[in-house]
Amino acid sequence: MYASLKWLGDYVDIIPKHHELADKLTMAGMEVKAIQTIGSNWNDVVVGHVTAVTPHPNADKLHLVTVNLGSQQITVVCGAPNIRVGQKVPFAKTGAKLIDGHTGKIALLKPARIRGILSEGMVCSEKELGISENHDNILVLSSEAPIGMPLDDYMGDVIFDLDVTPNRPDCLSMIGIAREIAALTGKPLHLPQICYEEAEKAISQFISVDIIEPVLCPRYCASLITGVKVAPSPGWLQQYLRSYGMRPINNVVDISNYVMLEYGQPLHTFDYHKLNDKQIIIRRAKDGEIIVSLDEIKRTLTQNNLIIVDMKKPVAIAGLMGGFDTGVTSTTTAILVESANFNRGAIRRSAEQLNLQSEASIRFGKGLNPDLPPIALKRATQLLLQLTGGKAAEGIIDIYPGKTAPHAILLSSKEVKRLSGLKVNINEILRILNTLGFECQKTDSVPAGISVLAPYWRSDIKCAADLAEEVIRIIGYDKIPITRLSASLPPQKFTPQRSLKQKLRNTLIGWGFQEILTYSLTSLEKLQKLSSKSKLRIDPLQIANPMTKKQEYLRTTLRAGLLTAMANNQKHEETGIRLFEIGKIFLPQHSTAIRKNQNLETGEKELPQEKEMLCIAFGGSQGDLSWRDDRKSFDFFDAKGVVEGLLKQLGLVSVFEPCDDEGLLLGKSANVILDGDKAGVVGNLHPRVAQAFELSDTICLIEMDLDKLMSKTNMAKRYQPIPQFPSITRDIALVIDRQVAFQQVENIIQGFPLVKKATLFDVYTGKQIPEGKKSFAIRIIYQSAKRTLTEKQIDKIQQQMLNKLHRELGTTLRD
Amino acid sequence: MIKSLEKLRLEALAELEQVSELKELESWRVRCTGKKSKLTQALRSLASLPLDERRKIGSLANEIKVDLELRMDEKKKFLEEEHMASFLKQEGLDITLPGKLMPTGRLHPVTQALDEICSIFTRMGFQIAEGPDVEWDYYNFEALNIPPEHPARDMFATFWVDSKETGESARLLRTHTSPMQIRIMEKEQPPIRVLVPGRTYRYEATDATHESMFYQVEGLAIDTNITMADLKGTLFEFCHCLFGEERKVRFRCDYFPFVEPGVEVAVECLNCHGKGCRLCGYSGWLEILGAGMVHPNVLKRVAIDPEKYTGFAFGMGVERIPMLCYGIDDIRLFYNNDIRFLKQF
Ligand SMILES: [Zn+2]
Repeated sequence: MYASLKWLGDYVDIIPKHHELADKLTMAGMEVKAIQTIGSNWNDVVVGHVTAVTPHPNADKLHLVTVNLGSQQITVVCGAPNIRVGQKVPFAKTGAKLIDGHTGKIALLKPARIRGILSEGMVCSEKELGISENHDNILVLSSEAPIGMPLDDYMGDVIFDLDVTPNRPDCLSMIGIAREIAALTGKPLHLPQICYEEAEKAISQFISVDIIEPVLCPRYCASLITGVKVAPSPGWLQQYLRSYGMRPINNVVDISNYVMLEYGQPLHTFDYHKLNDKQIIIRRAKDGEIIVSLDEIKRTLTQNNLIIVDMKKPVAIAGLMGGFDTGVTSTTTAILVESANFNRGAIRRSAEQLNLQSEASIRFGKGLNPDLPPIALKRATQLLLQLTGGKAAEGIIDIYPGKTAPHAILLSSKEVKRLSGLKVNINEILRILNTLGFECQKTDSVPAGISVLAPYWRSDIKCAADLAEEVIRIIGYDKIPITRLSASLPPQKFTPQRSLKQKLRNTLIGWGFQEILTYSLTSLEKLQKLSSKSKLRIDPLQIANPMTKKQEYLRTTLRAGLLTAMANNQKHEETGIRLFEIGKIFLPQHSTAIRKNQNLETGEKELPQEKEMLCIAFGGSQGDLSWRDDRKSFDFFDAKGVVEGLLKQLGLVSVFEPCDDEGLLLGKSANVILDGDKAGVVGNLHPRVAQAFELSDTICLIEMDLDKLMSKTNMAKRYQPIPQFPSITRDIALVIDRQVAFQQVENIIQGFPLVKKATLFDVYTGKQIPEGKKSFAIRIIYQSAKRTLTEKQIDKIQQQMLNKLHRELGTTLRD
Repeated sequence: MIKSLEKLRLEALAELEQVSELKELESWRVRCTGKKSKLTQALRSLASLPLDERRKIGSLANEIKVDLELRMDEKKKFLEEEHMASFLKQEGLDITLPGKLMPTGRLHPVTQALDEICSIFTRMGFQIAEGPDVEWDYYNFEALNIPPEHPARDMFATFWVDSKETGESARLLRTHTSPMQIRIMEKEQPPIRVLVPGRTYRYEATDATHESMFYQVEGLAIDTNITMADLKGTLFEFCHCLFGEERKVRFRCDYFPFVEPGVEVAVECLNCHGKGCRLCGYSGWLEILGAGMVHPNVLKRVAIDPEKYTGFAFGMGVERIPMLCYGIDDIRLFYNNDIRFLKQF
């Protein structure tokens, strides 16, 4: 909301230190986002009167303009096409500092010879004065502008750009802001005196009004003025509208805008003679009903639009915009002024559906008070009589089906203290509320309390907390003391899920993995790219109003985001890339289970299951490019090693089983099994998926379900004594069929007593090994917790072991 | 005889001086103190001397021998050190060659900020809780005193899963972490002191300062006798922990539908220190938190008696904090996941 301090000065004395005022408003809840000063550097710019315009002897497009400045007449060269004799214009004398129309920089005005004619001074455009970007035309001032007056005195101003919060529609008006300033600075408020003469003929003889939808239109007021002469508005009015950024049109339209900005109540003016049958009705539109609105756009309406109709057709979309056919034109002589109250929800729906936001719809959509319409109506009528020369019909139309009783709120000094921690005397509370227009009465129903009625413009005030805020924001939030929470400490709970995530993160970054965070929303296309099969395994949840196709579905996997980041980084990284993300995936649920919250009806819909996952992707060379490192690429066993390492950190041991994950390469991927339960997958990315994501290198992928890890993690660890007795080490080399998995061999070895550890340290195929066979070299460590082992004992065990291996797996010892 | 012995000593020492390598030292030893040396011969010839002289000269010859051997040891040590030094000079490492770097990964800057925020508040006794990203309209709006068509809904451009006409059972992507206020108060009785970090979403076109997804941290404290002064104390302490003891903090009136009175907390601009610059919109202040006393309507909704209990709630955007601290000028960098960016933190 733009607020001119000059305009505000009509209602309250403005303290000269604008920044101080801005601070006060900001602190009290109405943030001043920017302050624009108009005219502070208009030295040597005065109001001039154009007395002669003649062609430039040496240039077609230039004129010689003679300007009367009161004390002197000056003739200068001017190129603006809109210059005319009789205009009042801003005239800059040499020495003035103006904005150069071409460079945009401030420049000192010097005498100049233009096409052979000396020009000492200049008629200014809005751009040269720094008001707007308009540089095509000179600024034409109102005819009342006093000749010779410094322009700063005539139209200098300071504009506050205010951020009005949604609870304060009253402050979308000059009077609303002035009320705040008055309360904050202790200056008195001067409201316009509204009175005017009425003609004898009653308004009821001109028009009748019928409200069909009293809930949507709680009040409808109207006045009628005949003998109107539509003409340009006076300068002061034009200037005020410009200060808000509105273009002046004519006196009737300008007054309706002016009163809207002054009181915050939108008005509409109809050309009375264009209304059919002297009757207007407020009802919902019928589906398919059509209106051409003031902006000359043909709009098709639905039941969601509240409209004003005469006996034949719609004449306005309530609260949004009037109709083109019944609008005020230069030939209008009688006008019906509408000042109504509409339900905020109805206006919001209507505006949204027609995609039509206007100054009116913004105000109605925030909720205005039904007490406001007659006040604003009378103010507009008064101004219309003054400025258009018309006569008002006797009385106003005032249909008020939605009247509600005022509601008193009790407030005590104790309650203010209970909420704010600030001790405020009840008399001080009373004084503050009075300055804000509240009616207060001492009451016995609360100790040291008052009963408060909010003024009509403060529909936002509904409870004691609202009043407490009013009191302390005027005193100043900076006066609230600073204390530490003294309330009792709630029981502190263990959060294992958080600890697990922290442990995983810290372990991974220690191994050189970079954490990333990717969007929860993704595209169907990306999810499809993840699978080597055509159909998606899980249907993702779709957003009803996506911003882009790229972010239309809730992710059902972290893979898409991670692989996208991987591919993007591969474009500029020359070494291996290791990324991971811990985050939620969203799995739709279609159960009809009864929801816990009784406030919600049981329905088909459920919130999706939000599952926390860990996903890791890495690929490329293991080491950085370096004079020492070998540049081996990551492979499946690096990925498996990451899983094993992570699980080890958590005190878990898993089994790896072949898997058929559609995103991974069959034969180079495995399910991670914890206690017989699948907790994740590890493997090489399927080349088709890698290609779809434009990835180079072999990509290792790991995906783990955090809930599974959580549930399997055993928090209760037991100490194991450190072995006291020496161990015996034996290396064996087994030759075995290629199809036999190491796991089978290991299981047999580990099944023997006293085997402490079995480590595979070589896998070999090739020379010396028969076709279809392979060789495993295994180091076995034997150790007892009770005694020193003898070679003989070990020989015996090892022989049994080799026998069993041979019997069950067909192994032989390598020579 | 004595004279000639002294002469031998001087000659030997002079020769020792000239020795510059360990090999030479050995030949010097043989020559000057060995079995065939003049000194040894001189000792051997003692037998022909009278006893008196024999003793005198003998002791001198021995003294010379011991002296020479001592000098030789010194020289040997010296030569060995010199040899070692020259060896190392040749065989030592070019220590300016780059080391073998241990792999280093980093936590995402948002995770780091979240950890920092959470750690400050957990020290003040706040429990950490997390809630769903996909919410019911009821929790995101209705129960937070934002009924349908309330003007405050304009503050929260929403991604809908179901059409918003569905009402309170429409599903949406939460626009703030505040729904967890309701979920927590539905389950727990005061005293309550929780902190909710999480992802939030807004239906907004992205640019350097707007993202459609961002993180928030929500705080809630409910008990008897909690006032705005406690809120002020808690948040001032937080700002001082995060931005330094000296940093000025501002507490001003603002509006959020689920609190009353409402508060905005700003800190003195980190860039211009309050003088006014582009970063702070020439105000000298940077908004950090929205807060306030929990609205009585919200308390009533979860059956907590607003006559008996009061409480405060606050919320803050997380990305903003690293942005301000590190001078990051584009919020989109956080979720582009370019490791050249992420590695910097
Ligand atoms: Zn600044």
